[in-house]
Amino acid sequence: MIYLQLLWSFFQIGLFSIGGGYAAMPLIQHQVVDLHPWLTMTEFADIMTIAEMTPGPIAINSATFVGIQVAGIPGALVATLGCVLPSCVIVTLLACVYYRFKGLSLVQGVLLGLRPAVVATIASAGLSLLAMAFYGTRGLPVDFTTLRPVPVVIFAVGLLVLRRWKVNPIWVMVGAGVAGLVLYQLV
Amino acid sequence: MQLRKKEYGTLFLSTLQLSAFTFGGGFVIIPLLRKKFVEKLGWIDEGEMMDFTAIAQSSPGAIAVNASILVGYRVAGIPGALLAVCGTVLPPLVIITVISFFYEAFRSNPFVSMAMDGMLAGVAAVICDVVLTMGWSVLRMKRVMPVLVMVAAFLAVAVFGVNIILVILACGALGALDTWRREKARRERG
Repeated sequence: MIYLQLLWSFFQIGLFSIGGGYAAMPLIQHQVVDLHPWLTMTEFADIMTIAEMTPGPIAINSATFVGIQVAGIPGALVATLGCVLPSCVIVTLLACVYYRFKGLSLVQGVLLGLRPAVVATIASAGLSLLAMAFYGTRGLPVDFTTLRPVPVVIFAVGLLVLRRWKVNPIWVMVGAGVAGLVLYQLV
Repeated sequence: MQLRKKEYGTLFLSTLQLSAFTFGGGFVIIPLLRKKFVEKLGWIDEGEMMDFTAIAQSSPGAIAVNASILVGYRVAGIPGALLAVCGTVLPPLVIITVISFFYEAFRSNPFVSMAMDGMLAGVAAVICDVVLTMGWSVLRMKRVMPVLVMVAAFLAVAVFGVNIILVILACGALGALDTWRREKARRERG
């Protein structure tokens, strides 16, 4: 039953993406590329790019995209529902705990303990996106001469701009898109 | 708090509007929610909003969704929370649905393909920036365990292909144990 599979997969993504934003990315990759044959690595890279360019959380954007690819609009609704369900329950519970005991120290301790692991999983998923950008393959290739110069330049300039001037990522994305259009005409 | 129809409408439209125009992830929406619900509408006070931020970040799931649930719940109980979630989820749901229907046609266009190629390198740069910032904050804790956990988790996921959920569960348990141990030590000292 495809709807149940979608619901369960995105429920897990919602439940285990802790620390917000990019924490969902490695879990999405795990569920929709590795465990289920719902997206190819190229499609996954595409939806991460689209998610970065459009408003809304990455997990919701991906849920909608994957849901539609796999089972149309009902699929999108089911996947999105699965994605927000854990939040609805856990946030309400935590809010109750918070109002009753005025303290979240254990919860925050767990969160702090998780941060290194979250960084590590994001780095791992980021690496496979980097390989997609540089080589068009998922893992790092044996032959490094297939490195494509245009994405390398865009990556380096983008990272420099982000680190130096702390600009909103959306501007880096717009710049990277324009740079892609222009540079590929020249090369 | 007894709310009239108009206030439910305001709650829904506010979250809808904030979600539709918030680029750049969950951390951006919190100051915007504060501006709307604390400064403009005066429905929530400043200190509470700070606590909401902590809860939204400590809970699983998207920060924007979590924060909206808290704001909605505070303003109008469970119906408010549900209304706020709908408001937050609707814009990305609609936008991505529209994009999905054009995706196949768009993707084969050579110009779109070039721009997407460039943007993928851009995403990689954004993620690299996030990893550097977060990784640096782990190193700055100046404790050995978090660094070991970070390296071990990376190797487990990237090299050995261990299930990410297992890694998260193990590290969460480790964090809870560590906090409990340190709290106990502190209590025995003081």
